[in-house]
Amino acid sequence: SFSDDVSLLVVLIDTNPFFWSTSSSSLNFHQFVSHVLVFLDLIVRLSQLNQIVVIATGHNTCDYIYDSSLDTDQVTGEGELPALYSFVLQRLEEFVNKDEKLGAKQEGLSEKRASSLLSGSLSMALCYIQRVFRSGPLHPQPRILCLQGSPDGSEQYVSIMNAIFSAQRSMVPIDCCYVGSHNSAFLQQASYITGGVYVKPQHLEGLYQYLATVFAVDLHSRSFLQLPRPAGVDFRASCFCHKTTIDMGYVCSVCLSIFCKHHDKCSTCGSVFGKAQLDAASDRKRKASES
Amino acid sequence: MNNSEKKRMNGEAEEENEEDVEDEGRDAWERTYTDERSWEALEEDESGLLQPIDNKAIYHSQYRRRLQSLSATSAASRIQKGLIRFLCVVVDLSKAAGEMDFKPSRMAVIAKHVEAFIREFFDQNPLSQIGLVIIKDGVAQSLTELGGSPEAHIKALMVKLGCAGDSSLQNALELVHDTLHKIPSYGHREVLILYSALSTCDPGDIMETIQKCKKAKLRCSVIGLSAEMFVCKHLCQETGGSYMVALDEGHFKELLLEHAPPPPALAEFAIANLIKMGFPQRAAEGSIAICSCHREAKVGEGYICPRCKARVCELPTECRFCGLTLVSSPHLARSYHHLFPIEPFTEISARQFELSRVASKTCFSCRESLLTPGAACTKCKQYFCLDCDIYIHESLHNCPGCESRRITPAAASATKS
Repeated sequence: SFSDDVSLLVVLIDTNPFFWSTSSSSLNFHQFVSHVLVFLDLIVRLSQLNQIVVIATGHNTCDYIYDSSLDTDQVTGEGELPALYSFVLQRLEEFVNKDEKLGAKQEGLSEKRASSLLSGSLSMALCYIQRVFRSGPLHPQPRILCLQGSPDGSEQYVSIMNAIFSAQRSMVPIDCCYVGSHNSAFLQQASYITGGVYVKPQHLEGLYQYLATVFAVDLHSRSFLQLPRPAGVDFRASCFCHKTTIDMGYVCSVCLSIFCKHHDKCSTCGSVFGKAQLDAASDRKRKASES
Repeated sequence: MNNSEKKRMNGEAEEENEEDVEDEGRDAWERTYTDERSWEALEEDESGLLQPIDNKAIYHSQYRRRLQSLSATSAASRIQKGLIRFLCVVVDLSKAAGEMDFKPSRMAVIAKHVEAFIREFFDQNPLSQIGLVIIKDGVAQSLTELGGSPEAHIKALMVKLGCAGDSSLQNALELVHDTLHKIPSYGHREVLILYSALSTCDPGDIMETIQKCKKAKLRCSVIGLSAEMFVCKHLCQETGGSYMVALDEGHFKELLLEHAPPPPALAEFAIANLIKMGFPQRAAEGSIAICSCHREAKVGEGYICPRCKARVCELPTECRFCGLTLVSSPHLARSYHHLFPIEPFTEISARQFELSRVASKTCFSCRESLLTPGAACTKCKQYFCLDCDIYIHESLHNCPGCESRRITPAAASATKS
């Protein structure tokens, strides 16, 4: 690989309008983006060989915003802003409009709990990183940084866990700087399992400072720093029936669904407990033909 | 690399040293003839002209065939997967295992690949357990007990294992039958035999033992290293396992790793049960307790059993005092992709590719330009390159296109009908 201090940073930016319209007043979306842009510029200046890829996590879709390894001619400065800033801002605006149009027909969604499509952007980021691995033995060290504020979407649990395990196997750390109100259990687990760093800044007005001190440093140099430690990742499971967190429960041996109480039958896979499945199936047929 | 270092410490490195010494005497251009054999990387096309072998295309077509055979078997019948597996790996250490047709010896190759297999097995099946058995001098002995920690098994394998004597398949089967008889009824009982010998010296009637194993619902599979044997084939047919013979080291590794993902489980093989499990919390930073596995005082960094409050060091495990199975939710989540698999992508023909309206003809997930037609997802209709197709189905288990779409309840019910 390259000299060990070259990074490929894939940044996943949460643009979910449902989150940003209800977030606290200390950081609105535009301020957030300006902190992030200065951070991206910092990464580029730290080493000429550093690469950045930006993927937007929307409410209805995800898309690539910027890839520093593509032609640099794409970026032309506008007025006083550095070229990188104006390009990313323009692409983000196009993305937010596209995201909004895709959701025009939805109704009845509780705005506070609307999640973003984190599993989509994580999956795309991992595929991009695989492409970099395939390009040959000389490549920068990849890592993923999630700048997330939306709450976890429980419907994405399985997909996000799949992405986390795949990242763990490829040895790609998933870092997270969480700007929402309550911690994200999914991202805490992601950072813990993949060896990344999870931070929930206390003072969002100083977001750039957190980004610059914790996430700008390359992976190799992290061993020399005192980085924020996980304050207790919750690995307890939630039961499938009530979604409450439990510390003792019952697991179906066939499909591994978790329940808080003893049942006779698994509601996910239909297995009847205590009976060999063939007997149970023939019982069902007999009952059906009798009735 | 770790393996070869350990073998050096055990004094098994004579052959490796000789090869190194010989290589130093030769120049690089000589080595291309003796070691790399570049002429083997050529093949003839239809008109008789020589072309280099396109490894990438071969790799992709092998992957496609593998995927198709997998989806055919799962589509053919509603077969569930056995997720809680109790697997006994039987290693034949008779005289035949000392043969050197696999470099440096069959035994060394087996040990190396079984270590990799054990790691992969626990990665894919965190709730399962493995036990190691060896056959030596006509007798079968248990090398390690059934357990869920990979390190214990790998440590036992690294010890210098000599090979001697005859092999006895019946003794091995009797031993695994007794071992696996004691496991709970919801577990799937499997045996994987790595057989090097061409014969078996048995004290009794092996056919009876095979019937006994069949009655006990043991699924026995064999990977042979020499040639196909009738008794192994019969065993596998009777018990529903698979019998393969390895052609070379690479093939052996492939065959071995095929047993890592859960096999399709016939419904009558295991009784469904609700297993009581605990999901312990991590111990508070700085708390001091005596851990139940090492019997020493430890600070912080462990888990507390929710039922009896004993401290354990790692998960998954069984609490030593109250017997509760302790897992963390990621352990269960590792197996969920077997229950919610994604459909294979359909290959795009060259004509479809040209006609497609995909503007920039790039792969949706990695944004590499598609030079050759790739594959498309049947649900979200996005295009992917073949490398992403392989990565998505073998490692990621998520379709990026489907995950990047929000499906409203209305749309979901429309697609279902």
